Amino acid sequence: MEDQIINLVNISKSYGGSEALKNMNLYIRKNEFLTLLGPSGCGKTTTLRIIGGFETPNSGRVLFEGKDITDVPPHKRRVNTVFQKYALFPHMNVAENIAFGLKIKGIADSDIKEKVKKVLELVNLAGYEKRSVNSLSGGQQQRIAIARAIVNEPEVLLLDEPLGALDLKLRKDMQFELKKIQQHLGITFIYVTHDQEEALTMSDTIVVMKDGLIQQIGTPEDIYNEPKNSFVADFIGESNIVKGKYIEDFKVAFADNIFDCVDTGFGVGEEVDIVIRPEDIKLVDIAEGMLKGKVTSVTFKGVHYEMIIHSMGIDWMVHSTSMEQVDSPVGIKISPDDIHIMKRVI
Amino acid sequence: MVKFIKRFYTSLIFLFLYAPILVLIIFSFNSSKSRGSWDGFTLNWYVEMFQDRQIMSALYVTLGIAVLSSIIATIIGTAAAIGIYNMNRFNKGIIMNLTYLPVLNADIVTGISLMLLLIFLKIPLGFTSLLLAHITFNIPYVILSVLPKLRQLNKHLYEAALDLGASPLYALRKIIIPEIKPGIITGLLLAFTLSIDDFVISFFTTGSGVANLSITIYSMARRGINPKINALSTIMFLSVLTLLIIVNKRMDNTEEGDN
Repeated sequence: MEDQIINLVNISKSYGGSEALKNMNLYIRKNEFLTLLGPSGCGKTTTLRIIGGFETPNSGRVLFEGKDITDVPPHKRRVNTVFQKYALFPHMNVAENIAFGLKIKGIADSDIKEKVKKVLELVNLAGYEKRSVNSLSGGQQQRIAIARAIVNEPEVLLLDEPLGALDLKLRKDMQFELKKIQQHLGITFIYVTHDQEEALTMSDTIVVMKDGLIQQIGTPEDIYNEPKNSFVADFIGESNIVKGKYIEDFKVAFADNIFDCVDTGFGVGEEVDIVIRPEDIKLVDIAEGMLKGKVTSVTFKGVHYEMIIHSMGIDWMVHSTSMEQVDSPVGIKISPDDIHIMKRVI
Repeated sequence: MVKFIKRFYTSLIFLFLYAPILVLIIFSFNSSKSRGSWDGFTLNWYVEMFQDRQIMSALYVTLGIAVLSSIIATIIGTAAAIGIYNMNRFNKGIIMNLTYLPVLNADIVTGISLMLLLIFLKIPLGFTSLLLAHITFNIPYVILSVLPKLRQLNKHLYEAALDLGASPLYALRKIIIPEIKPGIITGLLLAFTLSIDDFVISFFTTGSGVANLSITIYSMARRGINPKINALSTIMFLSVLTLLIIVNKRMDNTEEGDN
């Protein structure tokens, strides 16, 4: 309980009949970088808006350091938000935008000036005080939006897909910088995104959501290596998901073969989903393969080749640094600990 | 040939539209009292106009009503626009139709119904009733000039202000109002112009002794056309024209600001 800063207790929210959040329970620890990850409409932004105070849940409570803040209006909460489309005030210059919150708090003008200068240095825009916000590029506007929020020294910073509008290169740089800022300031970040790679890169904890329900909570490594169900497996990175049948402990059948595996505890004869990461499938000489197949397509992806191998009526996606020729016969080899067995999602 | 006919037709239309006003302006400088002949240039009618007590008192009424009604209508209309903007789609649709209706309604109907309402409420017809009537017919125009600016706003601006610790009222004053100011000023100018311009509604909602310029011109014209009326009409035409040009310029600018 000690290091939990925000608790969401049995939160439900619906908009005109459609449920956005279904009885959600989540705690957020002090100083962690927590990411709410999921496809659009999964309830991640609603969760963030409930923490920010812009939405009131239909039922359930929001606790901040153990105190109920469910009915506290947003301007009285100790959290700040970086909005999706920056939401900078167009009629104010950079310094005025950043100083907005400080002025309300009644901080002396000389201190405000000092703080604005410092935070602009932090976001690498030193000397931009007098610039009009409309003259800035998307990336610069994004940094000002972050500066405007963190200058108030909030205990929790909420970020709603802040990098969504930036191009790939800039997004990568900003991911790195955001993580650096978070570590430098030592404040809790709650980050909303639909980009799994962004989530894996920056987070301490990832919360995967779908249809208003939490699918899995864990570290990036947990989520990637041990996805709880085929939805998480599919959403986090690319996966081969095939239907299978659990034979007994350490034995599973799929693609008309029986494989050794490391999982136990499923029912004998139970219908299960088998998840195999494309990089975990090894292509070998056809004689040595557990499955025999034929290469149907090869795509160069930069670091690796993405190949589709047709075998036993299934198209297997394989990532490998060495390339096979299209139409050449190959063998497929999968080691037991790369076979992930999951309950079938109906 | 086709080009010539096109041009000829256009000039003909503009001639019909503007010839009466042109004649009016020319004859306001005619030294003869008769309307038929040109006797030489004079500014006498303008001088006489400004010395005419009836016209001057009407001018004060007109300006007083225009200033007060446009300011009050702007305040009410802006508040209404912000309210409408934050409604759900269904209510917004209903209210917007109710807003458009008075704009499209015939002035005579608005005038008579306002008169009946004022009498029913036992409000004596005079300056107050005239002011109330002008505020009423000006509000929709203010709403219609403020709403587009609200729609252009980033919908998170208000939330961003709250998020930074602003109370709802402070956020409205420091963020929303400055952002929609161009729309508010356009609405104010439009309301001011329409108030100066109005005859029909004013005619039905004013009482004895209180007359604005258009009513004064009307009653003077019934006693025979005095060239002073030409002078007065010229000045009114030019001031309304100037205001409308300003309003149009402003609306163009806001639309460009979009892109």
